[in-house]
Amino acid sequence: MNALHVRVEGIGLWSPQLANFDALRQLLGGEKTEAPDPRPHAGALSPNERRRAPQSVLVAIEAASQAMTMSGRAADSVACVFASGYGDQVTTDYMCQVLARAPTELSPTRFHNSVHNASAGYWTIATACRAPSSATCGGNASFGASLLEAAALACADHRAVMLVCSDTAGVGPLGELIGCTRALGCALVLAPGTSKGMPLRLCTTTSPPRHASLPSDCMTWMGDNPSAACLPLLAMLARGEGECVLAVSERLALHVQMEMMT
Amino acid sequence: MRATTLPLAVTAYTVTSALGLGQEAHLDALAQQRSGLRPNDFSSAPLACWIGRVDGVEAIALPAPFAQWDCRNNRLAWLGLNQDQFLHDVRTARERYGAHRVALLLGTSTASIAATEEGYRRLDGGRFPHDLHRTAIHTPHSLTAFVAAALDIGGPCLTISTACSSSAKVFASAERLIRMDVVDAAIVGGVDSLCESTLFGFNALELVSGEPCRPFDAQRRGISIGEAAGFALLERTDACPDAPLRLLGCGESSDAHHMSTPDPQGVGAEIALRDALDRAGLNVSQVDYINLHGTASQKNDAMEAALVARLFPARTRVSSTKGLTGHTLGAAGIVEAVITLLALREGFVPGNAGVLHADPACSAHFAWHNEPRPLKVASSHSFGFGGNNACLVFAHADASAHP
Repeated sequence: MNALHVRVEGIGLWSPQLANFDALRQLLGGEKTEAPDPRPHAGALSPNERRRAPQSVLVAIEAASQAMTMSGRAADSVACVFASGYGDQVTTDYMCQVLARAPTELSPTRFHNSVHNASAGYWTIATACRAPSSATCGGNASFGASLLEAAALACADHRAVMLVCSDTAGVGPLGELIGCTRALGCALVLAPGTSKGMPLRLCTTTSPPRHASLPSDCMTWMGDNPSAACLPLLAMLARGEGECVLAVSERLALHVQMEMMT
Repeated sequence: MRATTLPLAVTAYTVTSALGLGQEAHLDALAQQRSGLRPNDFSSAPLACWIGRVDGVEAIALPAPFAQWDCRNNRLAWLGLNQDQFLHDVRTARERYGAHRVALLLGTSTASIAATEEGYRRLDGGRFPHDLHRTAIHTPHSLTAFVAAALDIGGPCLTISTACSSSAKVFASAERLIRMDVVDAAIVGGVDSLCESTLFGFNALELVSGEPCRPFDAQRRGISIGEAAGFALLERTDACPDAPLRLLGCGESSDAHHMSTPDPQGVGAEIALRDALDRAGLNVSQVDYINLHGTASQKNDAMEAALVARLFPARTRVSSTKGLTGHTLGAAGIVEAVITLLALREGFVPGNAGVLHADPACSAHFAWHNEPRPLKVASSHSFGFGGNNACLVFAHADASAHP
């Protein structure tokens, strides 16, 4: 394939340990980081929506808000791809509990929060964005598969695209089975053919995933949450150089290289 | 810079729904306007409504190597894949291009959630019972992971889950991957199966009709939920110059209005359909037929009838076929894409089934009965929760000249 070339104009990151991308820089630099407030601020949402939104949406919107602010772009014209390996497991657990006990008591609000594109819906409504929005899943390869989707959209349609990838801790029997035990959300604003931001070259490969060494905390998080598969790329962006290979599916990967700044 | 859609050959397509298995069963049901809806005999607790259930899904056995993915949704997927020589056509494409040059993009709204629901009904000491203690079926990627393994796909594999637009948006993603030369061909489609989450969820929103759904009827009372599996194979036109049917344009947009109701002004829907036509290099007067989203919900049908009346010349014919299939949610995009392709191929406008008294808001564009009519260009609308819109434009190969 011809390589896809995009610039990273904005980066967002949130987990119970990392308030933002700067906190990851500090961690990589061996500095101490300060844990954020346990409930993400999710600045793009109105106070009313923030109250109504589940944790999964708050984590996604927090990362999205950070990345969009850093990019300096107007959110209403940026297409978006919201990825998640498991969706909102807390809402799924609630739905299945109620359906097993008293199905007619299901809450209509929790039902509409259960769709995989809930975060995309909240985001586009909050930012008055009528650009295309999507909600994707690629299992454990959700981040890499959705990065390919977002970069292909950016390059094919010559437009800025925001990728958000997030998962939250599961609960109940489903949480016990799946084993996603912590929250993490990241966001990247990607644009083709611009002069600002960090340039990336992306190309599919059949090589197995690989990345430069990461602090042990990052490795633990990558085992606990499929969206933490973003950390090798985010660490590369923090260092301003390097390459990594990210899983796109069981058999395909994406070779991501930082290009020379021009 | 104006974005265009790369015209693609639709070289294979199939659909399985309450109307039956494969193209011929669907053509037959469409010709007779025979509805596949029946009184709800699915949910574990009673719910007075009608459903579009596929007969025989329970009896399907997945081949042994795929046992970890066994559940109703993947049985329906396997049943669907085995119609219309689809497996043969996929094998041919995989051999032609190489496994890594074929992508798989599938839409679903609930994947195999019915298996998760069943696990919660049969908890064993607070855990899933042994037979359902399988991570593969309790994730949104269950369908795509199973189909990728069953079809031996080595290229990109992605689940798109944007509620009722899911399996229309897969066409747009596939077209981009082919245009950017990431792959040479793509299998697109979608599968959604009956489950309690959607039956009782839409019931909680007061959107489920107690009678068979009646899209665009003055007294419509909501949707009838159905299940379906559908797939299509997309390839470059220069690789398949003789393929008679093409995908010409994909349009996408967001409503930015409300999580569970469409923008009554239809602004987002209009952006998506104009996007699709612009990319195809067509204007509204060239559209011969539109398969509408037409769910029989009050708000969707009011918005969509107004959209048709506002934008299209009188010669464009429109109808919803959900009165026959039910609303198959995440599979609706592919079901209606295949019905649109069949209408183009056979030269007829499917009637808008289920109507007793047409809503006075419906203009003369509506085809209330089947109409034999040669079609050159036909489109399909899919609008989902969260205000997620997708429109697809298909055409005969000889009608697909770009300006």
